[in-house]
Amino acid sequence: MTAETVLVVLDAPAETFRKGQLELLAAGRILGSVSAAVTGPVSEAARAQLAEHGAAAVYTPDGADLGEYLVGPTAAWLADVVATAGGVRAVVLENSPAGKEAAARLAVRLGAGVITDVVAIEADGTAHKSVLAGSYEVRARATTGVAVLTVKPNSVEATPANAPGAAEATPVRVPEGAFATAARVTGRTEKPVSGRPELTEARVVVAGGRGTDGDFGPIEELADALGGAVGASRAAADAGWVSHDLQIGQTGKTVSPQLYISAGISGAIQQKAGMQTAKVIVAVNSDPESPVFEIADFGIVGDLFDVLPQATAEIKRRRA
Amino acid sequence: MGDSLKIVVLVKHVPDAQFDRHIGAERTLDRSESILSELDEYPLEAALQLSEARGGEKAGNEVIALTMGGPDAANALKKALQIGAGSGVHLTDEALAGSDAAATSLALAAAIRHLGDVDLVIAGMASTDGETSLVPAQLAERLGLPQLTFASSLEVDGRTARIQRDGDGHSETVEAALPAVVSVTDQINEPRYPNFKGILAAKKKKIRTLSLAEIGVDAGQVGAAGSLTWVASAEPRPARTAGTVITDEGDAGVKLVDFLAAQKLI
Ligand SMILES: Cc1cc2nc3c(=O)[nH]c(=O)nc-3n(C[C@H](O)[C@H](O)[C@H](O)COP(=O)(O)OP(=O)(O)OC[C@H]3O[C@@H](n4cnc5c(N)ncnc54)[C@H](O)[C@@H]3O)c2cc1C
Ligand SMILES: Nc1ncnc2c1ncn2[C@@H]1O[C@H](COP(=O)(O)O)[C@@H](O)[C@H]1O
Repeated sequence: MTAETVLVVLDAPAETFRKGQLELLAAGRILGSVSAAVTGPVSEAARAQLAEHGAAAVYTPDGADLGEYLVGPTAAWLADVVATAGGVRAVVLENSPAGKEAAARLAVRLGAGVITDVVAIEADGTAHKSVLAGSYEVRARATTGVAVLTVKPNSVEATPANAPGAAEATPVRVPEGAFATAARVTGRTEKPVSGRPELTEARVVVAGGRGTDGDFGPIEELADALGGAVGASRAAADAGWVSHDLQIGQTGKTVSPQLYISAGISGAIQQKAGMQTAKVIVAVNSDPESPVFEIADFGIVGDLFDVLPQATAEIKRRRA
Repeated sequence: MGDSLKIVVLVKHVPDAQFDRHIGAERTLDRSESILSELDEYPLEAALQLSEARGGEKAGNEVIALTMGGPDAANALKKALQIGAGSGVHLTDEALAGSDAAATSLALAAAIRHLGDVDLVIAGMASTDGETSLVPAQLAERLGLPQLTFASSLEVDGRTARIQRDGDGHSETVEAALPAVVSVTDQINEPRYPNFKGILAAKKKKIRTLSLAEIGVDAGQVGAAGSLTWVASAEPRPARTAGTVITDEGDAGVKLVDFLAAQKLI
């Protein structure tokens, strides 16, 4: 292996990898030649994607199902993959809760520095992120031989590699003892899927708050007209109007879409924490004093039940 | 004691997000207006509920609030004691300043070992200043304990802890044997406020101070020296400014679409 290998950690896909996962490979290629560590079986179609996106080797766990446990065994296995690959300069993971936690534990095993919430990477390993609820931009580096980075969606374009990789299948045994103190997943319920783009990956997000009074119809229809995702404030999620998965903010998701439309949301600091890095912000709120207007590029003082349906109809009319 | 629990709750003293927060010239955070992290009220509430369900302190349950931070961080412990923690432990040492997650988890792990056999370590889902969610997972790795993190519910049944963990598109039940490291989200409970009785009671509760020497950690393993990440620059993001605000006169939906078209967003 070359001395500049970047290991990109990917959850096993049902069939093929998502755009957000392919972005991680592109992020890794900024730092060196990539190999993939996939936490479960890889279909032929998925392996072809990895080749197209430059993966030299594809490491898969041998002898155990990592999906039955919460991150500890995954981190133990990844440490062995890093040793097997040799010359690893960086490990790139998804910026999800599980991605950050696998990164955290792997970093302890490797004695490596971790940087989370990365939005850009320089060739020398410097990573960019925003901190303090999006109020500062920081450039940071791991001072260790290996850097562990968790990269946010939409940070890097998921372009194929200039030269395809061999994507050589390389099983690596899950180490003995990895499960000794592991937490075990004993039950799993699937939630219904919406068919809309994934919230953190979407180019457009339309979010509703308490002002919807429980009726997300106008939010969903505008989101669909724009091909966007639906988001919500904590007040709306806590009321049970939408799934907690859709909550945006300090304790929900952080999104940086091209367009964020906030409707019936007051714009509390914890809500802003999750959306103020959006490119363009539009706010619809009936209260002109609402703090959301302080950060909106285009604000409409009005009733969302009038404004949103009219906008949806107008978009459809112009497209027709 | 039968099924009594010794619980360490990790609480952090953080700059109050209600005010503007600043990173200074040395690229360190201004900590002058600090409070008990609001996300660390949830693990404290979870610990108090577990203790109370087992008969509280009288039945041998212990809820110990642990913080690592400068002299002022004692205020986070005082608040935790007023809310209901039984005692506080303040890990403080000049050498700790500037610790990243690696150094913080190393020092907290040593402090927890120093406290003896603990059944549960309960943390918040993220600190409101560091915002990394790395510390609980790194603690679990360092202590060799199972991690039950991002819990939206927590129950302890004999020597088994069980949480609900909500992910995208699914929700999981995760179990581990005690001792374990848990982190909890703001979905898990409604934290209580300190009441008059609690404030009075807190005056009699003890805060123990621990130095690095006492927990057997070298100054070089923590602080800037022991951190594995380095901040090269920190620039305030240009504050977002208010753009155009219009009042709906019956055509704001159309004007919104005009705006989106002008911005090439449709
Ligand atoms: C620890 C902690 C974590 C938190 N994390 C989050 C988080 O991640 N995300 C989050 O969002 N919040 C979070 N919060 C809560 C946050 O502080 C606010 O309470 C919440 O964002 C308010 O939601 P809202 O704006 O929908 O409701 P409200 O503040 O009640 O605002 C509703 C708005 O709707 C407007 N409105 C009403 N009717 C209409 C109508 N017909 N048309 C147009 N406008 C209308 C009103 O003028 C008002 O501005 C957190 C709080 C705490 C303490
Ligand atoms: N200095 C500290 N003292 C006590 N607990 C901490 C400290 N730093 C982090 N924690 C705990 O770890 C959790 C996650 O923090 P973080 O990993 O910084 O996002 C917090 O909610 C706290 O419970």
